[in-house]
Amino acid sequence: MTDARLSRRLFRSATFRRLAVLLLIWLINAMVTPNFGRFEIRDGRLFGSIVDVLHRGAPVMLLAVGMTLVISVRGIDLSVGSIMAIAGALAAQLIAVHDQPLVVVVGLPLAAAVICGVWNGLLVTALGVQPIVATLILLVAGRGVAQLVTGGQIITFERPAFEFLGTGAMLGVPFTIWLVVMVAATVGAGLRITSLGMYVEAIGGNERAARLCGLRVRTIQVLAYATSGLCAGLAGLIATADIKAADPNNCGLYIELDAILAVVIGGTSLSGGRARLVGALVGALIMQTLTTTLLMRGVGPEYALVAKAVAVIVICLAYTVRARELAAGLVPRRLRTE
Amino acid sequence: MSGVRRHIPLLAGIGVYLLLYAAASWRFDHFFSLQVFVNFFTDNAALGIVAVGMTFVILSGGIDLSVGSVVALSATIIAVLIEEYEWAPMSAMAVALLVGAIFGMLMGGIIHYLDLAPFIVTLAGMFMARGLALIIHLEPVAIHDSALKRIAAIALPLIDGTALPVTAIVFVAALIVGTYLAVLTPVGRAVYAIGGDSEAARLMGVRVGRTRLFVYSLSGVCASLAGAVLTLYQLSGDPSAGVSMELDAIAAVVIGGTALTGGVGGVPGTLIGVLILGTIQTAIMFEGTLSSWWTRVAIGLLLLAFILLQRLLSASVRSER
Repeated sequence: MTDARLSRRLFRSATFRRLAVLLLIWLINAMVTPNFGRFEIRDGRLFGSIVDVLHRGAPVMLLAVGMTLVISVRGIDLSVGSIMAIAGALAAQLIAVHDQPLVVVVGLPLAAAVICGVWNGLLVTALGVQPIVATLILLVAGRGVAQLVTGGQIITFERPAFEFLGTGAMLGVPFTIWLVVMVAATVGAGLRITSLGMYVEAIGGNERAARLCGLRVRTIQVLAYATSGLCAGLAGLIATADIKAADPNNCGLYIELDAILAVVIGGTSLSGGRARLVGALVGALIMQTLTTTLLMRGVGPEYALVAKAVAVIVICLAYTVRARELAAGLVPRRLRTE
Repeated sequence: MSGVRRHIPLLAGIGVYLLLYAAASWRFDHFFSLQVFVNFFTDNAALGIVAVGMTFVILSGGIDLSVGSVVALSATIIAVLIEEYEWAPMSAMAVALLVGAIFGMLMGGIIHYLDLAPFIVTLAGMFMARGLALIIHLEPVAIHDSALKRIAAIALPLIDGTALPVTAIVFVAALIVGTYLAVLTPVGRAVYAIGGDSEAARLMGVRVGRTRLFVYSLSGVCASLAGAVLTLYQLSGDPSAGVSMELDAIAAVVIGGTALTGGVGGVPGTLIGVLILGTIQTAIMFEGTLSSWWTRVAIGLLLLAFILLQRLLSASVRSER
């Protein structure tokens, strides 16, 4: 009896279904795309297309973690790409021009990223600005700030300790993947184990009711934006470390859109509510797999854009219609009002 | 809101614009000239036309993130049709306008009838249009066709030897048509009604679905028109054009007094918004020493200031009741 219930619960779980979709895509890929399923170990380090997908998708996955929180409280964060650029620019400046120790090189950009997140949060909570517009401001101005930090230049640097963030590996697995796992696990634990998760979803579900229940709505919302900023800062650091350069023009350009799509594909509704963190990670991986597979087949990135567009619409439609069908199917006939 | 109150955002916008213009004219020698003023309309024609379409979308309570990519798609289609298939410029532009209209209608249909968020659908539209543009032609296409060059050279002569180029003429025409549609037609009233409260509008008998299809098609047509104007301006079709143009358009619309929630604002405000953005950019260019990145920061701060003004006004309205 218990086993049957568990398997039924599993199949009903939206996140499990998405994970299944991802694994199915990988399986099909392994069969039709040469070398996709191959793993090999070289110099004590794991290589392979799936590893590549995980590694390249790391920045978007990090952003998706923070974005899930923000979207769950009925917000949105368009500025994460610009925050990435600011963090990367600061780090590169601190290494190349000011020759600061690693603690400062990593700490200051992250602090700046958190401050950006708090700025967004305060605009939304204290000044009542709509999230789209509030974060639009930093999206527009933030890139200008990043460009001012580097003086409009691309700054290259050499600092092996810092480069490890983007190119290093622990136990054969790229560090970026470890970082994503650590951040996602921490935030996920915060959401599920502590009551913070319940608060976040309550605020997203019905903000007024949450406030009347005594929740510190504004504080939690600012926390969500601050976390999003922190994740963006981390993503900016690994992106910059990966190419050993800070490019304020292109770093994180349009990546916020990928992050939002990942979260929506993952099942978190734009109108707030249930935060599907694993779903968001899966969503990011689905999109990255699309991109990488097309690249492997020699198809230009422009086709990846069209593929992404179609994928998003199809998945969102499936979620909407299916959700309604399922919900209708769960309600006993005599209770249905239609 | 009482009569004057309702126009405060627009009046504030005009005030800021005049202030900026005065400050720039005082600071720079050649700023206060008819040629410079005409150049605003010429240089920002594409953005301005896009912003007119965006005004309708935002007035209806939606948003359209695909416009920048549709501009590129339209410009690429026109350039390829003219250069590689030797079509006449007008026919090529007609095709582009049709493509824009259909694209917008598709998005509007998905948004309304399939009940998906405008943000997501137009975001997907942005990717789709950009991808299609790059698939059609990866690199920019230079146009050598003499017919197009003749069209691009059309200009309305003004006083002092200056002239209003065809791109600016199209921009002004779009503004006039847009204002007419918004203020003097039933569909315009329907747009405002839906933006105010779509449920109430539906109960009043407003055809919400048809109006939504209209606004998104209009936005698509405006984006395609902007693409056509771009081909005239640059004499080429660039599939990478219009990146982040949607954000500039949204900024112009918001600065111009149209609330993102919809139902409030209008096309004249958008003109002011575009002019303000153009003035800031030109002023920084005149300055020379300031890096152009300050433009982005300035626009961000201006956006913030206008949002706060809108918040203040709507808050004081609420306290009046």
